[in-house]
Amino acid sequence: MTSATPALRLEGIVKTFPGVRALDGVSFSVLPGEVHALMGENGAGKSTLMKVLGGIYQPDEGKIIVSEQPVVMTSPLQAKSKGIVFIHQELSLAEELTVAENIYLGELPRKSFGRVDWPKLHEQTNRILETLKVGFDARTRVGDLSIANQQMVEIARALTVEAKAVIFDEPTASLTDAEKVVLFDVIDNLKAEGVGIIYISHRMEEIFRMTDRISVLRDGQYRGTLNTAETSEDEITQLMIGRKLDLSRNAVHHELGDVALEVRGLSCGKLFRDISFEVRKGEVVGFYGLVGAGRTEIAETLFGLREPSSGTILLNGEETVFHSPADAIAKGISLVPEDRKAQGLVLGMNCRDNMTLPQVDDLKAGPFVAEGAEIAIFDQYRDRLDIRTPGWKQLAGNLSGGNQQKIVIGKWLSMHPSVLIVDEPTRGIDVGSKSEIHNLIRDLASQGYAIIVISSEMPEVLHVSDRIVAMYSGEIIRTFTSEEVTEDNLIQAISGIRPEKAA
Amino acid sequence: MEPGTLSTFLKRGAIWGFIVVELLFFSIAGEFLSLSDKAFMDMDNMLLLFKQSAPIGIIAIGMTIIMINGNIDLSVGATFALSAVVLLDSMTWPVFAGLGDGVIPIAWGLALLTGIVLGALNGLIVWKTGVDAFIVTLGSMLGYRGLVFMYNGEQPTSHLNWTLVDFAEAHFLGLHTATWFLIAVTAVVWFVMNRTIHGRNAYAIGDNRTAAINAGIRVGPHMMINFMIIGFLASLSAVVFYSESGSVNPNDGELYELWVITAVVLGGTKLTGGAGSVLSTLGGVIAIQLLRKGLGHIGADTETVNLVIGLILIAVLFLDRQLNLKGKQELRI
Repeated sequence: MTSATPALRLEGIVKTFPGVRALDGVSFSVLPGEVHALMGENGAGKSTLMKVLGGIYQPDEGKIIVSEQPVVMTSPLQAKSKGIVFIHQELSLAEELTVAENIYLGELPRKSFGRVDWPKLHEQTNRILETLKVGFDARTRVGDLSIANQQMVEIARALTVEAKAVIFDEPTASLTDAEKVVLFDVIDNLKAEGVGIIYISHRMEEIFRMTDRISVLRDGQYRGTLNTAETSEDEITQLMIGRKLDLSRNAVHHELGDVALEVRGLSCGKLFRDISFEVRKGEVVGFYGLVGAGRTEIAETLFGLREPSSGTILLNGEETVFHSPADAIAKGISLVPEDRKAQGLVLGMNCRDNMTLPQVDDLKAGPFVAEGAEIAIFDQYRDRLDIRTPGWKQLAGNLSGGNQQKIVIGKWLSMHPSVLIVDEPTRGIDVGSKSEIHNLIRDLASQGYAIIVISSEMPEVLHVSDRIVAMYSGEIIRTFTSEEVTEDNLIQAISGIRPEKAA
Repeated sequence: MEPGTLSTFLKRGAIWGFIVVELLFFSIAGEFLSLSDKAFMDMDNMLLLFKQSAPIGIIAIGMTIIMINGNIDLSVGATFALSAVVLLDSMTWPVFAGLGDGVIPIAWGLALLTGIVLGALNGLIVWKTGVDAFIVTLGSMLGYRGLVFMYNGEQPTSHLNWTLVDFAEAHFLGLHTATWFLIAVTAVVWFVMNRTIHGRNAYAIGDNRTAAINAGIRVGPHMMINFMIIGFLASLSAVVFYSESGSVNPNDGELYELWVITAVVLGGTKLTGGAGSVLSTLGGVIAIQLLRKGLGHIGADTETVNLVIGLILIAVLFLDRQLNLKGKQELRI
């Protein structure tokens, strides 16, 4: 393998922004027919590197070499013409247009007078779609496709040129297991054709399943390349964060209090059916399942965002109906939402105002907002949650993911909730801050909060939960105690395999 | 059937269904309420309706592509008025004296050129400054209107050329000249939007601008071309209308932008861009004109007409929202 000419080689790439050296002499190479993982914490420089490769940023120093030829790229289209193709994490498709138009976006085949050559377009598209073995055709409207199929459209785009290197950025983020298999087949095919593949992912299982080598970035610097077959999760993690990470199983058990929240037979249309569970004070209940299993929808229902079609909710022993989020908050439910930036924070507002947002109506001095009381609340939770910010005037959008999440959590703690629901507590948060958030959740439980944690990451669920509810396609398959649960039976449960019923 | 096809079909067909309902309603209600004993669905009445739809309609076709592209143009009313002033005034310029009716194509050309230049100016500013089209054209709406007043003060600009009037009042295959212009504009723009690269790129830009930029589509020039098209169409609308009337008040065309946007939205074009159809806009234009005529037919006054159109617009957008959310298990606000 080492004798082959690299499909793509980076030599000493440096990129500085005012005050930051985002990339500091990064060099590595991807061989033809190799799947090369690129790993690093958020902020390690992966996305900057990708933007350099995609022609969005120009490197200050260093060379990009495609098949022995140094190249300079000034636009994404130019990168594509050099054979460097991106499969973006966030789909960049035009939903109202057809599959064919999206695949040839910007490069529609033309006839005289600027007309689109539709027959040619559809024929070329269908030829590509055939190789991907997908169940839709060139004329389908992209908005009508599932997320997985939309991703296939993105991949199909990569196949319109003779790709030298294809970069997959978190490609499985929104895929089901079955869809992942299809994606991995596609990657295997590309690999067999001698294309070099850069695979960016945080998911270790995929890294070990798919990749040949792993290059790690930390703080904008290249930290080394490992052969996947010869390394371990620990070694990679250490390289990424510079120290060992504690992700052991939650073994701490403490006294549980009364039942804070009980749900009986809750259903909401097709989203989830017959959901029953309870959460005690001082307990963390983890909800684990695939994307689309209905976990977030349950949280939204408990938070008054959705109207259940049947079932009852008991809060502190009393039957309750949540008419709206305002109602749910007043009654003591808090939700730390899945998408922190879009749903949890007002990014352009300062930390203090974000923190006191739900209770600003109650913090009045006459007709005005009582600034002193606001600052007092902010100070209290900054100290309690160890939020690192220069001061309350800092805009929430300028904080790191971990500190942003703490602001959201602090916001709800200041409302003294009975039940705290945390949806994807560490999504988009770097590995180092992850364990801090995990510890925080455990601490809050030991202080007597009833907590529901929804997560798509198995180590996280195993680490923080006292009990784990496994969901599949809108139903609870099984509830595990932390003694019962193993990785195997958890995976089976979220794949819809029910435990053998003992007689 | 593909998911979404039904709601797409309903949305596409909705405006024509609405027109049918209007026709039936006014025909029946007219039997009881109308002061005249002429039927509402009278042939002459319908032909007149098409003709009256033309000035707003021609601009609305242009607005459709602007809105599909993800922009908006508030300056069309002022462009309309300024082009009309250029059209009528240029026929009296001493330079062209002695040309006789030969001045007509020159005046037309100058008026249309005015529209194209004003549109290009809008487009250029939106492209080069990156300021939102709403703000840019709000400014140019005031600015262009200012030019109209600077030209002749509060006085109307008048010039009647009888050849031109004859042309404007002519019929061909039963339809008025203005109606033919509306049909031709609709056909050409439909072709541009559905069959050419420019049209498809315009959809892509309105749908997902980042994706379009990443795909190497040159967003700015496409937007500028569309602004030139709507400028051209605003002046074409003026040319068609003022060839017949021969006199333009400095206030003419005010609020046209709002009527035009109403028609486009009624026709189902998304305010956020990316989706819409010029044929449905034509439906929207006809629906509004029918509503005005029909309410007049059953004895309602202008104020009532505006109130009803306003209510219907909101009702239609509410219906559209419901159709879009159907099956998606909406979140409560």
